[in-house]
Amino acid sequence: MTDWLSPPEIEAILLSLKVAFWATLISLPFGIAVGFILARFEFPGKQVVNGLVHLPLILPPVVTGFILLKLFGTQGPIGSVLKELGIVIAFSWTGAALAAAIMAFPLMVRAIRLSFETIDSRLEDAARSLGGHRWHVFCVISLPLALPGVVTGAILAFAKAIGEFGATITFVSNIPGETRTLPSAVYSFMQVPGGEESAYRLVILAVLVSMTALILSEWLAKRVKTVVEGT
Amino acid sequence: MTLSVDFQVSLPTFDLVVAFDAPSGITAISGHSGAGKTTLINALAGLLMPNRGHIETDGRVLFSSELGINLTPESRQIGYIFQDARLFPHLTVIQNLKCGRWFRRLPANPSIIEDIVTLLGIEQLLSRRPSQLSGGEKQRVAIGRALLSEPEVILADEPLSSLDTNRKAEILPYFEMLRDQLNIPIVYVSHDADEVARLATTHLRLDHGKIIAP
Repeated sequence: MTDWLSPPEIEAILLSLKVAFWATLISLPFGIAVGFILARFEFPGKQVVNGLVHLPLILPPVVTGFILLKLFGTQGPIGSVLKELGIVIAFSWTGAALAAAIMAFPLMVRAIRLSFETIDSRLEDAARSLGGHRWHVFCVISLPLALPGVVTGAILAFAKAIGEFGATITFVSNIPGETRTLPSAVYSFMQVPGGEESAYRLVILAVLVSMTALILSEWLAKRVKTVVEGT
Repeated sequence: MTLSVDFQVSLPTFDLVVAFDAPSGITAISGHSGAGKTTLINALAGLLMPNRGHIETDGRVLFSSELGINLTPESRQIGYIFQDARLFPHLTVIQNLKCGRWFRRLPANPSIIEDIVTLLGIEQLLSRRPSQLSGGEKQRVAIGRALLSEPEVILADEPLSSLDTNRKAEILPYFEMLRDQLNIPIVYVSHDADEVARLATTHLRLDHGKIIAP
């Protein structure tokens, strides 16, 4: 592998994996919460919440990146507070993870929401008649039954996070070793003479990773479904 | 133990207005489909809020529009046996049986569990999943699950109507046993006259949301 890929290429791939891993892990609890709330509750402003969640899917990524920069930059309202606490995420890999998480969030929430929607809510009624409080019922009945969708959502978000480019490069730039993820590396290699070959290799890898994630998510979701339903 | 009921629920086509006492034993509620039977039983379970009235068991108020009390389904201690069993598909039979005890933080008490498992003849099924059970077996597990949550009242909504004649004959004796051995009110909804004749200690007929003489 080291013969085939140059150190900067390996660095970009490892960084992308790290960014996508943390983006998925940190956003998953939020994705589950939002997916469940959108699937199970009616409340004023639900359409606004739904719109906000889906916004990154529709906005040009550069706009999302710009908004992130304004909010989380060291001068921004959130970024300046974080800076006081000694946390700077602009132009660092953690910022790349934040951008990736936000861009991947709609995909994650969609899969999880659908999965909660397909659970028969009458099973939840039955659990409550047996003495289960809402939180118990959620942990013991709803969440396990929604697990196939949670797995699918997480893997799709991971794949999306690996490939995120527009918001990332706007928010955290393209710093080798810090924020130069796989797509940013492809972009950089395309800009330099003789970099075409490196770009090709990374492109092939990107396709492989994305395809694997898609196939894996389908397969895992099916397996989890079999285990959950016990057929 | 007596369940006292007196409430009104407004439905799109008619009002459900009921008042009755269900003493220990089986209070059978019959009536055509659409007469409001399931609405009645869901209101008792706390899955639906009546517009006014009260529901209580020996002084414990479950619902009272006057006092502004409406206990949640989980705090009513009412066991509900559904028409379609509603076993949790991702849990084994034994996990289904135990989950009410776990929810209510009741002591694990293996001897009670064993007694009920033996009583219902489901010893062989404990490690199976609901998808591997027949309709009759599912309903027996559902009965056991409700019993093990140690309810003060049991509700049964057409528990036999999705079963064929042979399976009905398999389950009926268990309800007779509950009636004769448990000292709690059982509200049993059914449209089947034979079932009602065989099980009921008290019989109410529901028609367009009103109780009429049986």
